[in-house]
Amino acid sequence: MKQVGLFLLLIVLSATGVYSQIKISGIIKDTRGRNVDAVSITLMGTYDGTISDSTGHFSFKTFEKGNFILEAKVLGYKTVEHPITINTNAIEINFSIKEEVTELKAVSVTAGSFEAGDKKRAATVLSSLDIYTTGGANADITATVKTLPGAQQVGEQEGLFVRGGAGYETKQFIDGTLVNNPYYSSIPDIASRGRFAPSLFKGTVFSTGGYSALYGQALSSALILESIDLPERSEAQASLSPIFTGAGLMQFAKNKKSSWGINYGYTNLSFYFNIVKQKPDYFIMPEYHSGDANFRIKTKNGGIIKYYTTFSYGVAGLRQPNIDSSILKNAFSLKNTNWYNNLSWKENLGNGWKMNMGLSYSTNIDNYDQQIQNQNNQPVYTGKIYIDSLNFTLNNIQNLSQIRTVFEKRIAGISTLRFGGEYMYAYNSSKFSNPNFSYDGLLKDNFTSLFGEADMYITNGLAVKTGLRFENSSLINKTNIAPRISLAYKTGKDAQMSFAYGIFYQKPENTYLQTTTNLGYTKATHYILNYQKMNKFYTFRVEAFYKKYDDLVKTYPLYNNDGIGDAKGFELFWRDKKTIEGFDYWISYSYLDTKRNYLYYPMQLQPTFAANHTVSVVTKKFVTSIKTGFNFTYSFATGRPYYYMVPNGNKYDIKDQGTTIPYNNLGFSLNYVPSVGKTNPKTFWVIVASVTNMLNSDQVFGYNYSHDGSIKQPITMPAPRFYFLGIFLSWGVDKTQDAINNNL
Amino acid sequence: MKQFIIGLFLFIGINTFAQNEKFQAAMGGTLKQLGEAKDASSFAEVAAKFERIGDAEKTQWLPFYYAALTKARMSMQRMGDQDQLADEAQVLIDKAKAIEKNSEINCVESMIATSKMLVDPQSRWMQYGQASMQFLEDAKKADATNPRPYALQSISLKNTPEAFGGGCGVAKPVADKALELFKTFKPASALHPNWGNEIAQSVIDGCK
Repeated sequence: MKQVGLFLLLIVLSATGVYSQIKISGIIKDTRGRNVDAVSITLMGTYDGTISDSTGHFSFKTFEKGNFILEAKVLGYKTVEHPITINTNAIEINFSIKEEVTELKAVSVTAGSFEAGDKKRAATVLSSLDIYTTGGANADITATVKTLPGAQQVGEQEGLFVRGGAGYETKQFIDGTLVNNPYYSSIPDIASRGRFAPSLFKGTVFSTGGYSALYGQALSSALILESIDLPERSEAQASLSPIFTGAGLMQFAKNKKSSWGINYGYTNLSFYFNIVKQKPDYFIMPEYHSGDANFRIKTKNGGIIKYYTTFSYGVAGLRQPNIDSSILKNAFSLKNTNWYNNLSWKENLGNGWKMNMGLSYSTNIDNYDQQIQNQNNQPVYTGKIYIDSLNFTLNNIQNLSQIRTVFEKRIAGISTLRFGGEYMYAYNSSKFSNPNFSYDGLLKDNFTSLFGEADMYITNGLAVKTGLRFENSSLINKTNIAPRISLAYKTGKDAQMSFAYGIFYQKPENTYLQTTTNLGYTKATHYILNYQKMNKFYTFRVEAFYKKYDDLVKTYPLYNNDGIGDAKGFELFWRDKKTIEGFDYWISYSYLDTKRNYLYYPMQLQPTFAANHTVSVVTKKFVTSIKTGFNFTYSFATGRPYYYMVPNGNKYDIKDQGTTIPYNNLGFSLNYVPSVGKTNPKTFWVIVASVTNMLNSDQVFGYNYSHDGSIKQPITMPAPRFYFLGIFLSWGVDKTQDAINNNL
Repeated sequence: MKQFIIGLFLFIGINTFAQNEKFQAAMGGTLKQLGEAKDASSFAEVAAKFERIGDAEKTQWLPFYYAALTKARMSMQRMGDQDQLADEAQVLIDKAKAIEKNSEINCVESMIATSKMLVDPQSRWMQYGQASMQFLEDAKKADATNPRPYALQSISLKNTPEAFGGGCGVAKPVADKALELFKTFKPASALHPNWGNEIAQSVIDGCK
């Protein structure tokens, strides 16, 4: 009976304990003293707790007694625990919680760079789909990037002309390694397309200046492309259009660890040129064969090895009237062979270490030939040097081998240290001959660089990136050291300011080095200030820059590095995907004020590739009821300067100059996607129709002058418009196989 | 002495019974609170309470399941940052999944993916839209008698434009199937999921 009594007493004791509640309350602040709401407060090991209210206060009651741990937890902050002892008195306890520095929340330096692709950040500026659906861009990366602020609307030659820089001042990098010949070989006064399809890349960073110390040899701009990893599924593809046919296969291994793919394409413009008349007379219709192959293998530790190779062979020949004689023509022909290889290896080395290795090899052979012909297309000699010297042959071989390794180490939170080096061996042979002159030059360069960079996140709202780059070129026998620094500061929700400063060096172009290798690096110093407000649906940015050019190449009266110049301006960008349902648009505006004295310029002049004002408006509307997208792009640029200069003593005299008419281009493209929204469609197909310059605006990019300067001819597009119509098909191989097997 | 041992056993018995009763009572109470929740702060309170129960119990999947379900609903109804709420729901459902994998958990995973997709359907369809449908298929496979994957599928089909393979025509038969399953569906206990009938019914009503 005594025992039963004890038992009853126990019950009574525990029962009385249960019925005396103790209040626990307090306030939660962050390290800057601001109240934090929606923080979950838990008396660990029990059900008791609460969440903090909008003023950061919390309060709850508990029956528990004894020693406990009280936890304050909320996403984005470090969890804090306080030991407490619950007796009979109410407890008041305050928490101070610290914001976690996370990749999602932390600011990133945006000065000078447009990041695009599927990076973890929710908002992107441009995705590869954007490139395919930009009206008038014809799925060309460069053409789409030209609609962003900072880039000029240069239509007579390929390349990205950024902030007063020439086309060759922008370099392209794929998975870290430099691409030597990113464009198809040039034809005089006609811009060529880029060699690489947008779908090869998951990420694109268009830097208009102030870029990372990991990259170099580009005075103005870097276009940094990151190739895709494993595909989503196996598939077969085909494309058909009056100018292009292609087929390809992508095989994704069953274990989802590797994939391989091959593609072949054939381009022939003869049918198109017969229908759409071109200004030049094509005696060799442009024709290209291109093939590519790739494999990608996931490694054990979450790394990936990727290989991509592409081979192309193309020919073209065209006659244009000779400017000095109404009865003569310049018959220009080109044969190009290009082979590009890129092998990259990304690996997690453990302990927060990562490695990125890249190997690449490319060879490009151009055989140019030009003949002066009469009206019967027969070669003729006039006896006039300035005409006869236009008969020439030029054979160029450009080989580039590279190896590059970058190590990355996480230090303290998400702060990161990167360092590495690269070695490039460039072989450039050039054989030129015309009736008066011949040249046989060979340039070999052993180029080495070492670089280091630190991304320091002081808080989620303040980040600093500092870098240093060292370069040595054996060809010019010169070394340089380039510092880079940039910082970003959060000014409010989704808003931030960034600043970037850096020194950039670039070897003189081979054209000049063939005359003398006694030249030094050309140099540019960038200062960029940027404000950006961006969320999932809107992007607004404004950027101001000043760029100082030093040591530019002069070619007259002597070859040296006495050239100078500068560029300043500001740019605006606005993108809105939300205001009108299903309607996406962006607007870019660039103001540029630039002058330089380089090459044979007699003084500082605004270069011929620079316009003062450039505007682009890109709109995209997908109408779901008819499964069709309508995309318009309008670009405008004020006129660009042109000069007619002739040598006189030790300088060139400007005999004529002016400004071209403003540039207008309204491009349109339509995509019909019948399989959109269908779950696992067997056949996925898209019909694309596009046209450039819908308004038939006159586009003049400059003028060519006759030998005596008496005739000036506008440089225009080979045809006012370019039309495209094509169908792209893809079949999910696995699904098709299943269907076949199920029916057997 | 014998009585003492019996008493001790009884006491332990009562205590564990009390523990279980405490869980039942806390879950029942919080479920009631969930039913009455109206605004963001009351939903957040409920989700936090479920999470506390889950953290204390450690071996019960239901508290984390309900915490995740609550956050997923908050995300879908945009009671705050849609992306962040979906991420929070994901953390909770992962905890539930670590304890038990089942059809009900697949349903919540599908809801989270749908909500993520709805943030930016055009660019997220490929990733989250497909994932959401896959989770519903997994849910059906895991328990063919569970009406909820059908109910969820019917509402998302109804909300998908016809051009994208949705609309009432395809949604209605799925809702009918859900209602049919609801007739025979018996939850394992009063605390087990037993919601979704009204979703399927709303599809039928909205598609008349």
